[in-house]
Amino acid sequence: MNILVCIKRVPLTGGKISLTTDAQAIDTRLMGFTISPHEECAVEEAVRLVEKHGGAATVLTLGPVDAAEQLRDAMAIGIERAIHLESDGREFDPVATANAIVEAIRADGATFDLLLFGNEAADTGDFQVGVRVAYALGLPCMTGIKEISVNGNQVTAKREIPGGWEIFDAPLPAVITVKEGINLPRYPSLPGRLKAKKKPLATTQPAWQDGGLQKIKLLNPPEEAHQVEILGKGPEAAPRVVDLLAELGLL
Amino acid sequence: MSNLPSHARVVVIGAGIVGNSMVYHLAKLGWRDIVQLDKGPLPNPGGSTGHASNFIFLVDHSKEMCKFTLDSVEQYKELGVFTQSGGIEVSRTPERVEEFKRRIASGKAWGVEGMHLISPAEVKKLVPYLNEKIILNGFYTQGIGTVDSLRAGTLMREYAQSVGALQTFANTEITGLPVENGRIVGVETNRGNLRAEIVVIACGLWSPRLARMAGAYIPLTPAVHQMISVGPVPELMDTVGEIKYPIVRDMDTNMYERQHGSDMEVGSYAHRPILWAPDDVPSNEQAALSPTEAPFTQADFDPQLEQALELIPDILGNEKVGIRYAINGLLSLTPDGFPILGETPEVKNLWSVAAVWIKEAPGIARAVAEWMTHGNPEIDPSGSDIARFYPHQKTKTHVNARSAEGFNKTYGIVHPREQWASNRNVRLSPYYEREKNLGAVFYEAMGWERPQWYESNAKLLDEFGARVMSREAEWDARWWSPIINAEHLALRERVGMVDLSAFALYEIQGAGALDFMQKMAVNQMDTPIGRVTYTNFLNEHGGIKADLTVMRLGKNHFRVVTGAFDGARDKKWLTDHLPDDGSVTLTDITAAYSTLGVWGPQARAVLQTIGETDWSNDAFSFGTCKYVDFGTVHVLASRISYVGELGWELYVSFEQGAKLWDMVYEAGQRFGIAPVGIGVYGTTGRLEKAYRLYGSDLEMEFNLVEAGMMRAKVKAQDFIGKAAYLKQRAAPPAALLCSLTVDDHTSSSGVKRFMQGREPILTLDGGPIEDARGRRSYVTSAGAGPSLGKYILMSYLPPEYAKVGVKLKVEYFGEHYPVTVASVGATPLLDPENKRLKA
Repeated sequence: MNILVCIKRVPLTGGKISLTTDAQAIDTRLMGFTISPHEECAVEEAVRLVEKHGGAATVLTLGPVDAAEQLRDAMAIGIERAIHLESDGREFDPVATANAIVEAIRADGATFDLLLFGNEAADTGDFQVGVRVAYALGLPCMTGIKEISVNGNQVTAKREIPGGWEIFDAPLPAVITVKEGINLPRYPSLPGRLKAKKKPLATTQPAWQDGGLQKIKLLNPPEEAHQVEILGKGPEAAPRVVDLLAELGLL
Repeated sequence: MSNLPSHARVVVIGAGIVGNSMVYHLAKLGWRDIVQLDKGPLPNPGGSTGHASNFIFLVDHSKEMCKFTLDSVEQYKELGVFTQSGGIEVSRTPERVEEFKRRIASGKAWGVEGMHLISPAEVKKLVPYLNEKIILNGFYTQGIGTVDSLRAGTLMREYAQSVGALQTFANTEITGLPVENGRIVGVETNRGNLRAEIVVIACGLWSPRLARMAGAYIPLTPAVHQMISVGPVPELMDTVGEIKYPIVRDMDTNMYERQHGSDMEVGSYAHRPILWAPDDVPSNEQAALSPTEAPFTQADFDPQLEQALELIPDILGNEKVGIRYAINGLLSLTPDGFPILGETPEVKNLWSVAAVWIKEAPGIARAVAEWMTHGNPEIDPSGSDIARFYPHQKTKTHVNARSAEGFNKTYGIVHPREQWASNRNVRLSPYYEREKNLGAVFYEAMGWERPQWYESNAKLLDEFGARVMSREAEWDARWWSPIINAEHLALRERVGMVDLSAFALYEIQGAGALDFMQKMAVNQMDTPIGRVTYTNFLNEHGGIKADLTVMRLGKNHFRVVTGAFDGARDKKWLTDHLPDDGSVTLTDITAAYSTLGVWGPQARAVLQTIGETDWSNDAFSFGTCKYVDFGTVHVLASRISYVGELGWELYVSFEQGAKLWDMVYEAGQRFGIAPVGIGVYGTTGRLEKAYRLYGSDLEMEFNLVEAGMMRAKVKAQDFIGKAAYLKQRAAPPAALLCSLTVDDHTSSSGVKRFMQGREPILTLDGGPIEDARGRRSYVTSAGAGPSLGKYILMSYLPPEYAKVGVKLKVEYFGEHYPVTVASVGATPLLDPENKRLKA
């Protein structure tokens, strides 16, 4: 089967996030970048599906020159080729992003059986691009998916809901947006890294489009107040720790 | 969390391996009322210690670094945090195979045991996952291993706390370092201020920022060392503990591969230098991992992947083994590659212990704690003394240029005379343009460009023929020219002129000047005006602090003349001892005067034609100085010599230097004057005369009696180190500095080889020589004696070997060469009666 995974380069967070002085962007001078976590799982899922069913997987991103790093990262764990829609650094909103991806898919010429997206980007969190691409291409779309199985021309996708699962069946080709937890992405191996350097990476420069979304400014959410309670010191603290673990349902 | 105290005897800033080692050793030496602060949490506050690869290789060409490392391993063992795994450096090039022989020699000189050169097959036996087909050999050292540096730090803090010496406060950020009257008086923090008598900056790559708060400089830069960790490795799964296989350093690719449990860590010093500014290092809050674990830049590491895969194909080529962790780890680099230790010259009682790696931290901390306690560390840290830096060396431009250049030399094969390429032409003498026109090959001395030799003297090679002692081996001849020896002979037989502008010059003046100089110097300073005295400064324990000359220019006026490499340190030593009452001033006039040396049998004849004074022996005797007019040029002429010849040092104001040069050069033509480089002045000329060089032959670990520099009498006046010096004189010395000559230079392959210094001196059966104080014998200086036709080595030898005629051996690139003790003590091989000097 032929799979396309769409990914986004996002800042590697983990510490306190600072904004630029004009509050228009995250101050990324000290930050590394990564594949948005849901999409990292989508990449892993694509590799597994190809391992199981044969075929090939392609990775696509819309982003600045440096987003090629994330494409190589995806190829290092087994994706075969990459498409880089290189932006001039300006942000494409979800409408514009979806338009650019649809155009790229049409231009690429390959027929994809499955288009995988992350459920939402880690930075902008729009939850839209996968859905818009599916709509534009007239494909069925399943979102928030944590399990995928392919059987011939059918795909079954499972979405976790409180107290159970929603299960969808759809014919291929289809669009699925996946959520973290669907799998545990593998680490790239050293040979994988070396192979990735030689895999094909096609670059085009789509024109920037105004999708209509206007950013006013970014705000850091108020810090959550930390409450620290010392349960005691030494062995005397043990009963209270046990009580607490029980209360949390961990015992 | 308890509150900060309002006062402490000493505040140690930093709770990485360095800060922890410092509180440990201060507590051990009896210090109490120590407060340790760190802005991060414990036990890993987020500095370089937290991401270090924590392995220790033992051999270093630098004596002090090697000794600090050996001491550190002993300390880690005592704390129970050292795992001995052995370690192997592997070679991929013939040059590296040779370098290993040199490394073994250094190891022998500094007391490393258990070193062996092993074949590829033997490497394979020890490290079964290594591809032995691509290596030429291995340099195995048994005592190599890994440490748990965070655990070590915790144990050290706990010790200091257990004796009631230490309170530690984490999550406490320094906001200011207040200074009053040039003295640190405490620290300001985000949790309040405290007064302190002494503050120690031990915060790694943040140290420059802290120092600036007090107006001091710690010239280092944060820089990236890339490391990845791959796993889980099936071959390593059965390892009990952290490490089972020897650590491998792939020297020719600047990489290492080190087992860490079921993972393999691969680190690199091969990538482009990536320097950070201290202010750009994120806070603990901002950092994704820790402040010093910066985001990995894959492209920089890519070239190394293939090299690592070549060496460790089974493990790294396994597609199931993933790169689980990859960082741009930040560590500290300095412009000369050495740590930055000691009290800052700018602020009293503010100490630096920075740019120190895991492998040497406990040893260095012990030395610094001893230094703080009684001023006489057992291992001489002078090479790492923060006071060594001149102003230009503290600039960001210099620090970054040299740190970047030095980074890729981390695993490099660095020739002892190798010159820096970056940031040159920083300090130029007034003779510079003339020297350049004469084809000078410039070597650097603390920023000064000094001619090492002059290509225009190549014509002398024919004249002196075989006496120039050419060198056949490329290594021996690297950064060297036979022209040096030709210049030497020209000076000895006719006359030479030497640029000595790199001298550091300090004027000591004021009502208390004589008393002050008496206190500082071993020799009598109450001399007639116009006397030049060669003397030493000692520390309280009789260790040699300085080696220099002093001119008495007036009743209350002395000029101290010292070498460029020691000048900044000597200045601090002098300044530290100036009386508080202002009765003595020190003025640095280094930049105001240049110095031109004119020496050789024809020196008097040359100067007579241009300098308007009576140059005869009666009127201008050895060891005196006076002002002489050379036309319109006013010169202070001083009759001393570091090459053992008749002649003078001419001190001239900087702006008139070029004019003086021209006068001497022109007047000298009919006497065959040659411009002569530092190759003669610093090596061949002095070695024939057994003149010592500070930092090579003289250091704090040896005393004047051992150096053969005991004066006939001890002056009545008190001076620093006098009591210790009297004791040294009364006891038989444990070693004596001797001059040896090489009896046969021929290697097993028939090539004549010439030692370059720092090689081990061995007994006839090839064993190391150790004196009663555990110090091994090694070559302190080496060089040709062209006038003698001999190659000269200096070495401290125990009394049983320090006898003229004793036969010994020297190890050089794995071979032993016969040597003979030619003189003991300061007796020179050339002109022992000093007839030339006093001609």
